[in-house]
Amino acid sequence: MSAATDWRGAAAVDADEAAEAMTAARLGGGARRLLGELLAPYRRALWLLVAVVVVENAARLAIPYLVKVGIDSGIPPIRRDDDLTVLLVVVGAVLGATLLQAVARQLFLVRSGRIGQDVLLQVRRRVFGHFQDLSPAFHDGYTSGRVISRQTSDVDAVYEMLETGFDGLVTAALTLVGTAAVLLFLDVELGLVALLCGPFLALLTNWFRNASARSYRATREKVALVIVHFVESMGGIRAVQAFRREPRNQEIFDDVNEQYRAANLVAFRLVAWFMPGIRLIGNVTIAVVLLYGALLAYRGDVTVGVLAAFLLYLRQFFEPMMEISQFYNTFQSASAALEKLAGVLEEEPDVPEPTSPVALPTAHGELRFDHVRFAYVEDRPVLPDLDLVVPAGQTLALVGTTGAGKTTLAKLATRFYDPTGGRVLLDGVDVRDLTSDTLRDHVVMVTQESYLFSGTIADNIRFGRPGATMAQVVEATTALGAHDFIAAMPDGYDTDVANQGGRLSAGQRQLVAFARAFLADPAVLILDEATSSLDVPSERLVQQALRTVLAGRTAVIIAHRLSTVEIADRVLVMEHGRIVEDGAPGDLVAGGTGRYSALHDAWVESLA
Amino acid sequence: MSTVLGPSPAEAPAGAAAPPPADVRSLLRLAPYLRPHVVALTIMLLTSLGVVALSIAVPLVTKALIDGPITERDAGAILPLGLLALGLGVLEAVLVFWRRWVQSNAVLGIETAMRHDLYERLQRLPMAFHSRWGSGQLLSRATTDLSAIRRFSGFGVLFLLVNVVQLVATTAVLLHMYWPLGLVVAAAAAPIVWLCMRFEKEYVVVSRRVQDEQGDLATLAEEGAVGIRVIKSFGRSGHVGEQYAAAARTLHATSMDKVRLSARFWTFLGAVPNLAVAAVLLLGAIGVGRGALTPGELVAFITLMLSLVWPISSLGVILAMAQEAMTASARILEIFDTEPAIVGGTRRIERPRGHLRLEHVDFAFPDAPDEPVLRDVNLDVAPGETVALVGATGSGKTALTALVPRLWDVTGGRVLLDGIDVRELDLVHLRSLVATAFEDPTLFSMSARENLTLGRSDASDADVAEALEISQAQFVHDLPWGLDTRIGEQGLSLSGGQRQRLALARAVLARPAVLVLDDTLSALDVHTEKLVEEALGRVLGSTTGLVVAHRASTVMLADRVALVEHGTITHVGEHRELLATVPAYARLLSAEAWADDAAVSV
Repeated sequence: MSAATDWRGAAAVDADEAAEAMTAARLGGGARRLLGELLAPYRRALWLLVAVVVVENAARLAIPYLVKVGIDSGIPPIRRDDDLTVLLVVVGAVLGATLLQAVARQLFLVRSGRIGQDVLLQVRRRVFGHFQDLSPAFHDGYTSGRVISRQTSDVDAVYEMLETGFDGLVTAALTLVGTAAVLLFLDVELGLVALLCGPFLALLTNWFRNASARSYRATREKVALVIVHFVESMGGIRAVQAFRREPRNQEIFDDVNEQYRAANLVAFRLVAWFMPGIRLIGNVTIAVVLLYGALLAYRGDVTVGVLAAFLLYLRQFFEPMMEISQFYNTFQSASAALEKLAGVLEEEPDVPEPTSPVALPTAHGELRFDHVRFAYVEDRPVLPDLDLVVPAGQTLALVGTTGAGKTTLAKLATRFYDPTGGRVLLDGVDVRDLTSDTLRDHVVMVTQESYLFSGTIADNIRFGRPGATMAQVVEATTALGAHDFIAAMPDGYDTDVANQGGRLSAGQRQLVAFARAFLADPAVLILDEATSSLDVPSERLVQQALRTVLAGRTAVIIAHRLSTVEIADRVLVMEHGRIVEDGAPGDLVAGGTGRYSALHDAWVESLA
Repeated sequence: MSTVLGPSPAEAPAGAAAPPPADVRSLLRLAPYLRPHVVALTIMLLTSLGVVALSIAVPLVTKALIDGPITERDAGAILPLGLLALGLGVLEAVLVFWRRWVQSNAVLGIETAMRHDLYERLQRLPMAFHSRWGSGQLLSRATTDLSAIRRFSGFGVLFLLVNVVQLVATTAVLLHMYWPLGLVVAAAAAPIVWLCMRFEKEYVVVSRRVQDEQGDLATLAEEGAVGIRVIKSFGRSGHVGEQYAAAARTLHATSMDKVRLSARFWTFLGAVPNLAVAAVLLLGAIGVGRGALTPGELVAFITLMLSLVWPISSLGVILAMAQEAMTASARILEIFDTEPAIVGGTRRIERPRGHLRLEHVDFAFPDAPDEPVLRDVNLDVAPGETVALVGATGSGKTALTALVPRLWDVTGGRVLLDGIDVRELDLVHLRSLVATAFEDPTLFSMSARENLTLGRSDASDADVAEALEISQAQFVHDLPWGLDTRIGEQGLSLSGGQRQRLALARAVLARPAVLVLDDTLSALDVHTEKLVEEALGRVLGSTTGLVVAHRASTVMLADRVALVEHGTITHVGEHRELLATVPAYARLLSAEAWADDAAVSV
């Protein structure tokens, strides 16, 4: 690592980078399987396309030949007796071929475009759906940034290939083969001379393919550095300015900007060699054909028409070769993208839906942990053996230090994770036997990250219960003391969260998230640090609301602050995944010697 | 939250100054960036013109070959003419190579210089600017817009010129050779260029629509990813899935419009040369038959004609490119034209004591001047003293702390540091005197060390270790690579509490005269909070402190408390004193109130 890049620090190799690095200009196993699967329904349509494209290319290749016929057979009758018939027939044939080619091309472009778009739609829906099926545990590890880039830049790369690459590749291949064949047909000797350029083309193209694969990768890496540094320093501009980071940032930015320039320069220079290289081979070939052809024509072995046709064909021959240089990059990034998408789609949901689900139309809300074991990392159990019954209607508070397993317990009840041993039961039914819809109807969790979706505030509250009336929405917010601030916003409940909503404070967002949960009206409500962003008066308001809302409902409340615990019927103190104290809050405090009592004393002291 | 996927970059944020018009003038204003590359640009132009000349010359050699040796039976001319064709062909390749080689360097130099300047300017623009512009919008200017300008300035302009020259010169040669055919070419060129431009225009519109819809889809993808826990909690995967599918279908439909449009366009472009060949063949063969044209001229004619296809059809593309570059340059000028509103003064404090004084301070955000956030705030913090700011959410505490290091400027009154208005102080100097630990800590994707030493890059390992100890952030030593571990978005992810402790360590490490803690300990558990507070007490013993606090425990760090209500300081005093005499303060923090509530519930 050079001094210039020390600031980045060390990190494990990213799986995405690995996928990127592995990609040569060929499809990996996963990408190939995925592509095959996606295209399977279109097998017949694809054969039709092949037929269309062959017709198109035949028509295109016929035109220089017709020019030859026009010159060789059309001109003599005009010379002899001004007879235009042959020429007109030939020109008619050129127009016919043009029309045929145009029709075939239009057909091909629209049809292949439709298949491409259909495939893309399918990929998008499958990938989005699959991400939704994967558990939060998967999302924790995968990070939202990567989920988003799978669905944006990767899908776009595939789109790019479908849009431009497919057509380009097919046309280039058919042109190469078709032209070679026609040249040999027109004149074997001259054709062979022209095709002498083949090995040189192959060598040059092969060199370019490998070199550009490397340089393309380098460019991508460097541009990623530029983007990350740019976005982070602008996103964190407050810290940048507060800590006078500007000069150092400029230094780093100049460095990555320069690295990007250098990588780009390599890429540009490769093209600067490749394109004129192709041009050189093309021009030399044309000159040699001209020289040799003129000699043959002089001897009378070929006609002027053949010579003209050769020149036209050779033009067509070299053009697609130039386009190939652009196509490689498209193809490479698409194949890397496909590989990554295939990797996501192969990811098995680790919290699978039951094969024969148990119906649970109404729930009382009894929650039972039956010898539950859980470990995020093997051999380091977070919950070694948890046995716990929360009777229906009880309000249970969980307290304990960070890492005691409180949040894990909540995530097992909501089936964000499945236990590694034992069972979690809702009203006596293993939660793994409930469909996720059934479970979510009865068990709802509110966390400290109160995410709001784009849309209005009312939309966001209704997220908990789509059919809810406005009156029900207002009822929920009024209970929470959130009605006043929402009503005071410019558009009230119709205020767009994305625009003016940016002004919502963390506490206000949390209230909206709360309202969402109240409206959902679940049998079991789990609050994980859900009041952490509220100031004391708001928190108190929420707690008053909780007392009414939680009546007749099972609730599990996790809190750092003991103030939240005050409304609980029962308190569990957890440590290292075990329950160390269990009882009514008053009893635990009254005991005077336990950990809860100590925590409570410390808390009261902190308030004093 | 700001991600790369900000709102569509096309829409300028509310309150932004009117952007410069997207016309040639805005492009020309960026012309100074071309100046260092004048030699390269001249070479590019000359070589391109050379290539044009050669593309006309080679078909003429072909003509000479056909009409001379073949028709006139002059064997001696074959070799020289053939070698001439070879030489010209090689020369063309060399010229193209030369142009591309020079061009690579020049265009990348232009782009890199612009990006450098853009970044520099953006770093100097104050929070007032950045709070309006998402980093996604700025990024699209630093990447997409700069590329558009690069493409046009390094490629578009050149070929706009060269193509016109080629069009005119070739047509002149054709007219000279056989005027009826030349006339056909000249007559056909104009409508084709026009058609190309029209297609291009329509294409830009539909492409923009596709882009917008892709943006919408990306937003949904983002929400599906970031909001996954909420979606799961409420079992609404089906609902968001349908939303996404609907947006994807809309995009599909628009994309098909684009496919159909471009299919027509490309089909048309493919047919143009064939139609030209048909016309030339018809007229040319008749001309040859009647003796008005030689066979060699006919062949040369067809080749020349075909060499015009690209210059003509690409004119539309290049003009669209020009339009794009003008829009892009207007968007970039919008940033260059924004003057940094917060500029430092010249004064320095030689021996800073940390005496902080706010006099009749007013503050309102620029986009809402009628809704003052702070009004008539007065506060005097003696050197070494620590004052806690207590108030309900939204009362203006954070805004108040941001005025000291001039992240924002007061709209009335003044902030004094050791008796000097902060606006008169050198900005870098001021910010070295004041360090803030923010509530939502920004960590960059860099090593932990780089993140910590943000405010003091020369800090020794011992300094770093001390700061980590004060903020109870020793966990850093246990990261896989210790202090060299990359953290932040692209590195190891840390918990909220860990991030806050790092932000605190960062502020402490800067050894400021004034330390600002903006509710820095909110995500810590009671135990850790206690340890941090003990250690912080030592630091604050000698440093002037401004502490935003929601909890009584944090208030205990302070010597005095200021109660902030509705944007102004209503009471200043000691904690117990306020607790006893100010009911509003008691409501915010009092233990008794809690105890009363608790008594009811137990």
